Amino acid sequence: MDQAKPRILIAKPGLDGHDRGAKVVARALRDAGMEVIYTGLRQTPEMVVEAALQEDADAIGLSILSGAHMPLVQRIVDLLAANQMTDVPLFLGGIIPNEDVPVLKEWGVTGIFGPGASMDEIIAFIWDAVGGAPAGDVA
Amino acid sequence: MNDLLEQVRQGQIRAIARLITRVENSPAAAEQAIQALYPHTGKAHVVGVTGSPGAGKSTVVNALVKTLRQQDVRVGIIAVDPTSPFTGGALLGDRVRMRDLSGDPGVYIRSMASRGSLGGLARATASVIKILDAAGFDYVLVETVGAGQAEVDIANAAHTTIVIEAPGMGDEIQSIKAGILEIADILVVNKADRPGADRTVRSLKMMLHLGPVGGTRQSGRISSPPTASQNGAAWNIPVLETVATEEKGMAALAEALGQHMAHLRQSGDWVKREKERSWREVEMLLQERFMAQFQASVPPELRDSLLTAVAERKVDPYTAVHQLLEKSESKRKG
Repeated sequence: MDQAKPRILIAKPGLDGHDRGAKVVARALRDAGMEVIYTGLRQTPEMVVEAALQEDADAIGLSILSGAHMPLVQRIVDLLAANQMTDVPLFLGGIIPNEDVPVLKEWGVTGIFGPGASMDEIIAFIWDAVGGAPAGDVA
Repeated sequence: MNDLLEQVRQGQIRAIARLITRVENSPAAAEQAIQALYPHTGKAHVVGVTGSPGAGKSTVVNALVKTLRQQDVRVGIIAVDPTSPFTGGALLGDRVRMRDLSGDPGVYIRSMASRGSLGGLARATASVIKILDAAGFDYVLVETVGAGQAEVDIANAAHTTIVIEAPGMGDEIQSIKAGILEIADILVVNKADRPGADRTVRSLKMMLHLGPVGGTRQSGRISSPPTASQNGAAWNIPVLETVATEEKGMAALAEALGQHMAHLRQSGDWVKREKERSWREVEMLLQERFMAQFQASVPPELRDSLLTAVAERKVDPYTAVHQLLEKSESKRKG
């Protein structure tokens, strides 16, 4: 009767106060049958990585609308490496200019979802990143 | 597994986090882990924090743990939130209110989904408490799902149960109903700066028969402090007022917690509670085992046809149980 559930950390690093996107994604992942750990606004990179470590997160989703995604993501990637957590998939939502995408991907961000991304796309990406949806599940 | 267990005992956060996930996901892993760790448990003081949704449980935990951390103690927090009965997913949001605790190496926070359990905890919570205990945390705080009236499992898992109320949640009849208020060792009226707090405190005190109502209020505490009692003496349940968002009343709450710990030790209630808790735990495991054995011993077709018959009003539920048990017995004997 083993029942593994993906544990997804949804965090909002940085100083912008717009958490609607993060909440909508958190809710959608919950409805897809995942366990979502929601940490709220104004998280420092240190707080995000500490929470992911304590919660044994299977993936980390960041929502950043402030334009500060490059330094924030870089710091988070460094902290993940320092904690031997580079195996935890990192995905990103928000306003991310196209020219930043290749650099972010090079740093190890596996999914980047802009304003046009569909929820199905995000959910499918996460199931894939954590090893697939459970059999019989229609996500 | 053995390496992981050793790292857990050394208090390594990654190992603790991984072991908790395994124990949550697999009863077999839980059995193996608890068999190995059990001799190293029994040192932590387990504190349950319960109350209705929105009463301020997470905020009280945040402020209380900050206060406890002024002493040299390590604190593990298990925050349980409900699993959706429809999708199996969960939104675990207790960390939002505990942001002051991040960056503190003496605090470990773990969010847990209830995964279908109805008593306010998850099935694996008892095992997770033991993992944190064996990892050397001095206190393990367990925050239940937002509880109504009947979610009282926490009282069987904790040494001290704190029940949190907020003003304006119902009239005096609510406070004399059976259930959650009965399990409190410490009662907290949070959001005590809101209108109606006095009334809530009065009705709780009335319920507790704590003497005259409307006593003078000062610095967060309104009832006289509980005194560590003599051997066998009863514990006087304190009613405390807090404003957790402003960290008001936390020193009094921490003090009451310390007094209850001392009371448990001195009165012999500690041993009694540990024995009761142990029995509940063994009983629950027995139920699970019996149920698994039973299910393995009855052909699914028989169960299905009997359930259909009950649904169609051809067989009553009691007769169905008789038939299932007979079948199970004969299968096990044969």
